[in-house]
This record gives sequence, C-alpha cells and structure tokens, in this order.
Amino acid sequence: MDRTLRGKVAIAGLGETSYYKRGEAPEAEFKLALSAIIDACEDANISPSEIDGFASFSNDRSDPSRLAAALGCKELRFANMQWGGGGGGGSGAIGNAAAAINAGLADCVVVFRALAQGQFGRFGQGPRRNTISGAMAHTVPYGLMSPAQMFAMKVVRFMHDHKVDQSALRAISLAAYHHAQNNPRAVMNGRPLDADKYDASRWIVEPFHLYDCCLENDGAAAMILVSAERAAEFDHKPAYLLGSVAGSHYRAGASVHNEPLYATSTFTTLAPRLYEMAGVSANDVDVLQSYENFTGGVLMSLVEHGFCEPEACNDFFTPERFIAPTGDLPLNTSGGNLAECYMHGLGLIVEAVRQIRGTSTNQVSDVDVSMVISGPMVTPVSSCIFGSEATQ
Amino acid sequence: MSIYLDEGLPQPIADELDLPFWQGLKDGVIRLQRCKACQKFQWGPEWICHRCHGDDLEFSEVAKTGKIYSYERVWHPVHPALAAQGPYLIVLVEMPEADNVRLVGNLLGAPQDEVTIGSTVEAVFEHHEAGEASFTLLQWQRVT
Repeated sequence: MDRTLRGKVAIAGLGETSYYKRGEAPEAEFKLALSAIIDACEDANISPSEIDGFASFSNDRSDPSRLAAALGCKELRFANMQWGGGGGGGSGAIGNAAAAINAGLADCVVVFRALAQGQFGRFGQGPRRNTISGAMAHTVPYGLMSPAQMFAMKVVRFMHDHKVDQSALRAISLAAYHHAQNNPRAVMNGRPLDADKYDASRWIVEPFHLYDCCLENDGAAAMILVSAERAAEFDHKPAYLLGSVAGSHYRAGASVHNEPLYATSTFTTLAPRLYEMAGVSANDVDVLQSYENFTGGVLMSLVEHGFCEPEACNDFFTPERFIAPTGDLPLNTSGGNLAECYMHGLGLIVEAVRQIRGTSTNQVSDVDVSMVISGPMVTPVSSCIFGSEATQ
Repeated sequence: MSIYLDEGLPQPIADELDLPFWQGLKDGVIRLQRCKACQKFQWGPEWICHRCHGDDLEFSEVAKTGKIYSYERVWHPVHPALAAQGPYLIVLVEMPEADNVRLVGNLLGAPQDEVTIGSTVEAVFEHHEAGEASFTLLQWQRVT
C-alpha cells in the first residue's frame, strides 16, 4: 500500500491580501478571506467555482460553507479544520488538504487563514474576567497568562540545559528584519533592526526582548492545492508537496506545564517522519521558513529538525548563516511572523512556495527543497517540505 | 503577610477536579492528585490516571519543598492589574517527593535576584481575603 503524500499534490495558486497592523484592516475578516482566495484563484488562473474543498487551522472563523456560497463553488466536498490553537496547524492544514486530494475526496482544495483583530479580539492579552477555574486557575493568578509567558518557561530551561546565549535568539530576529527590508509587503519594511537596537529593546519576558516576539496583524492568505498530474496546466513553476506531518510526542498535552519532555518545540517524533516521507534530509534543505511565535521556538525547532546539535547553537545561530542569498541556511526570507506579517504562519508557507517558483523578494538561487516548520511549542505542531520539478 | 502580585488578577475558583487542592492550601498543606491503584502522583488533576487509566483518584499530602525546574522574569504587563507591578518571577517547581510533578508559582523576594535552576525552594501559603471569595495561592521562597 502506497502510504505517502510525496509528489502527489502541487501548489497551483498563492493569494494574499495587504498585510496590516492589528486592528487596522479596512475590511471584515470574512471579506479578507474571500479576497485572498480570489487572489489565489487568479494566480492559478482558475475560477473560484472550481474550488471543492477548504482546509484551515487555529479555529479560523470563516466558515467553509459560507465561503463556498460566496465563491459560487459548484460543489463542496471537503471542509476541514486542524485542531489546536496558535499556528501549529499551518503545515497540518496543507497535509490535510493534500491527503483529501490524494484520497479522491476533493480535487481543488484551498488552504486559508484570515485574521482581523479589530473586528475580533487580540492574542497577547490576559483574561479580563474576575474569576478563573480549571487548568488556567493554576497559572493565571501567578501572572502566567500570555503566549510569551507560557513559552518562555520552556526556552529558559532549554537555554540552561544547553548553555545557549542570547545571541542565538538575536540572530533569528536580525535575519527576519533584514529580509523584511527587501519585501514591500512586510509590515516592518522600512523599520530595520541591528544588534544594538535589539539589545537595547525592552524585555517582554526574559529571554524574549520585544524583537523576539511575533507581530499581531490583520489580513489573509490562501493557497490552491491540486493533484500533481494537473501541475502542468498552470503557468507557474510547480511546487510539489514532498512531505507533511502533524501531531506531537508522548503526553505533550499534559496540563499545567507537566509535559514529560518539557524544553521542546514538540517536533521530536515528527521530524524523522517528515524526512522519511519527503525522502530528503536536513542537509538537502535549500531554504527554511520556521514559525516564530517567539525566537526561542525557532531555536528548538531547528535543533529538533536536525539542523544543529543542541550544544552547537551558539556557533550555528548567526545572522550571516540565515540571510539570503549568501547564507548556507536562509531563514524566514519574507521577514516571517516577526517582520512581514503574523498570519498564523500561512505567510511562511506562501513564501516557501515562492522560493520554489523563484519569485521571493529574497530569492535563494536554485531552490529544489523548501521547508516550513509551523507553530512550535504547542500541540499539535506540524511541518512540511515542498520540492521543485527536479525532486519528482 | 504581604501579597506578591498586585491584587486584581482573576481569582481561582475550585472545580470538581481540583477542590481538595485549593482547600488544602487554605489549610496550609499541599495536597496533590494520586492514583489509588498505581500510587503515582499526577498534575494537573485529571479525570483518570494517565499511567494506568484507573479512575479511583485521591488527593494526598506532600512535602512542602521542591526544586526549581525552570523560571521566567516577566516585564511586560499583559493584564491591567499588573500595570504598576514591575518585573516579577514565575517559577516551575518540581516536587521530588511526588513523582516530580511540577507546580507553577511565584518566587518571593527581589525580582531581580538571580534564580538557580535546581535549587531548593519551600512553600509559602499566600492567603487572600479581599474580594468576594477567599482563596490561597501557593508561592515559593528560597531555602537559605
């Protein structure tokens, strides 16, 4: 039995709205979702009526049936939500859409994410009610209530165990801001960052300075997936999905910070399965997009995906290594969640495909293997790898 | 005694799973969930034992000392009640005498003082009487 997604599905279209600072989108979230999907259809040169499936993550509020009605989809055959908050489901949504196409459940599936924080609430705030019960009652009254606070505790332990310096986190941030300066879509375009500015920036929660934390944004992104056999129909250089994994290791969902393996990005069991399906190794990866909710998550994600031994982080994590096109592991080449836009990481997946097409604003030369790591430190997490025609 | 964090954060309300824990703190003891079948502690409290799947769970008193497993120094207030707080320390405390389950609390003392992972801390019961309901938080202090 052929149980792999390798080479079965291609990305036919990419769509993005303008990206805005949080609360500043001039349009409703649902309209942003529609705009990105229609944009992706135009990019693929197909009619929105041909879409027969929707996949998203992080409890996206734009309901697939309502989207299908608005787009005039002839038939809805697949409506899928990857469970779990944060951006951990981004690559998982790609995998779900690809699995549906490969299994014959649907033919043309759009993966999308839309956010309008002015219309709805913000992420990085504590609860405003007077009382709290359940698992959060054991953290919130101690002032532990935001994503930065939930994850800093893991990163402190990782950096302690492996004697990692602040400079490793800084390298991730500097690379993202460097790339954003060449990307006119980036919210932080025109707002460069250097080491001194990073070091002088305020602490959010140690070890995260301001510039170690993702943005909060409004906008939407969408990707059209079709079977690999149809890839030749489209104008763009095809990007094939080589592998996709989603999930977490043993008891990653244990409550109140009691995961047996604590100082982790949650990829320890996923990464080997990803490489096995894709038929490549970390050494083959030409360009990497690694979800930065916080830089510490990128640190552990790269280690768990085999790019670097934990004891070697201080030497490995340098801005030079991560900056396109000259670095040997170009990282977050659109500016990522830190400096392009926080679209729950779907922007990172769009950028990974752009690198295969050769259309990034920070293009790496001759990209055949383009990888994405989604939403570290939560559960489930996910990652995926795209390949050029040469990998088929 | 003084209160570590400024008042005004959401107050913990016991539920069906963790009522004996919160009651224990009011009484000045730490009672954590333990499976009667396999005798192992687990935290947070759960509906079944995650090791043996037994559903006969009890709360058992444990020692009032633990070891710092990790910590964080928070600077940016994400809740209005903490707007004038300044930096504060949160610790994740491992309980060696309760199968190394971990508890979240604040580390009392100056927030800028160095924190040593692996060092021993002892429980401090922080009683709150303000507001509609009284409750007790489990805080920690260095053992000198």
